[in-house]
Amino acid sequence: MSNKEKYVQAFVEALEVEESIVEGLEYQAIAEWDSVGHMSLIAAIEEAFDIMMDTDDIIDFSSYEKGKEILTSNYGIEF
Amino acid sequence: MVWDLDKNRNNIAIIDETGVFLSYCQLGTEGGKIAETVGRRCLIFCLCENSIGSVFGYVGFINNRIVPVLLNRHLEREMLDHLLEIYCPAYLWMPEYQADVFENTCCVYRAHGYVLLKTDYRQEYPLNDELALLLTTSGSTGSPKLVRQSYENILDNAKSIAQYLELNERERPITTLPMNYTYGLSIINSHLLVGATILVTEKSLMQKEFWRFCKEAEATSFGGVPYTYEMLEKIRFRGMELPKLKTMTQAGGKLTPELHKLFAQYATDHGKKFIVMYGQCEATARMGYLPADKSLEKCGSMGIAIPGGKFHLIDVNGQDVTEPHVTGELVYEGANVTLGYAECGEDLIKGDERGGILQTGDMAQFDEDGYYYIVGRKKRFLKIYGNRVNLDEIDRLVKAHFNNIDCASAGVDDHMYLFVTDETIAEDVKSFVVHKTGLNPAAFKTVVIGEIPKNDAGKTLYKELTKYYQQS
Repeated sequence: MSNKEKYVQAFVEALEVEESIVEGLEYQAIAEWDSVGHMSLIAAIEEAFDIMMDTDDIIDFSSYEKGKEILTSNYGIEF
Repeated sequence: MVWDLDKNRNNIAIIDETGVFLSYCQLGTEGGKIAETVGRRCLIFCLCENSIGSVFGYVGFINNRIVPVLLNRHLEREMLDHLLEIYCPAYLWMPEYQADVFENTCCVYRAHGYVLLKTDYRQEYPLNDELALLLTTSGSTGSPKLVRQSYENILDNAKSIAQYLELNERERPITTLPMNYTYGLSIINSHLLVGATILVTEKSLMQKEFWRFCKEAEATSFGGVPYTYEMLEKIRFRGMELPKLKTMTQAGGKLTPELHKLFAQYATDHGKKFIVMYGQCEATARMGYLPADKSLEKCGSMGIAIPGGKFHLIDVNGQDVTEPHVTGELVYEGANVTLGYAECGEDLIKGDERGGILQTGDMAQFDEDGYYYIVGRKKRFLKIYGNRVNLDEIDRLVKAHFNNIDCASAGVDDHMYLFVTDETIAEDVKSFVVHKTGLNPAAFKTVVIGEIPKNDAGKTLYKELTKYYQQS
């Protein structure tokens, strides 16, 4: 699985949403991505990439795009 | 009048993250204006959020004897329509951006992003003189059941909270809980009483903007349900630099003893207070609290009765439990015990049905020192992210929605298990329940089993389902 596939899959599993809506998604734009969903999402991403995210990154993770940016610049995950 | 706003007229009452604020004096004036527009004692639905518009409207209504029903602004439309039909409020107070979907209403007032819409219901139900406020019994599954709170209830509970938390005008609580949720509201009510400054935000603990506001506006306290503390642990809150933060309170369900200990220890080590509390909407908000200096010693306990209140336990025969470590149903007595429920418009005229005594439905024990421990529940409900969800009601709703379905719901706090026998509809049942409760799908799991265990009389044997979700 490519990094992008893993990333999208983490959203699909953690937020229980269709793959088609994942791209471009923003925090609180859908009911599933509330603070509870955010916890599940971060856990899923940490597991998928075998990383441990910093507090600042967890609370800065405000959208699908922003998340990719954070993973690339702070955890060396290329998309 | 519940709050004497003039007493602290020059203090800032509410401030939001954009820096907009209202002083106590302005809160009184602006509240007076909206009350004047309404012009009489009547029922108003408030769609709440943690914003200046939402709070000042509420304060204006309460202080001018107009009766609000506080609802979440995210309440599903179908459920809101159902409530509207049942209670026929004269007005709606809601965020401006949500207002255009309400037909047959006209806007008569607007301020701070909120609008007052006049409805055209012909029916208007008479209101009991003591009735101040109506709240849903936390996690609403669309049930029209509301808790009737009196002016005395609100004032008494706010005073008691201000006393045991030693609140003063220098406090600056930041909102972390919905305003329409009894615990979130009690923070607002008690702090307005002492002239403190409430920091309002719709941002969550999971957002950078929340923490920026928390630091820059020098928040001194916040409250959280058990799940809040799990989130705080996840974002490594205990490592954050928050010198101004002095008090953390917890209610809305029982925290795991591990988390209770972690946060109690953290507070002790950092010169902060961690206060576990106990309450219900039926008792306005608070009934018990564990004093901060006992938070480690009495870990796992919800404490003692709040000032002015009394606890005792009764056994199955209704007799008082006198021995420590014996389980009984927790009974509370105090002036904050609410009037009763309303289930229809005609109920709004009803007076006090409880006489200051509340059987909580929680099973508890006390220790040799008189500290109380919640050990179980009499009724079948779960607390999910701090919201009460009645399992029998879930079963009823599912059975009513799906034809010829056999199902049963069970679980532990924050984790509901939906048992079904038909695999093809398992996912539909889950989405239905998620939709009805408005809670995050992460709290629900479906389990497909051969048959729902029942006794000879056809009653579901919920105990037999525990093996599917409890590790031995």
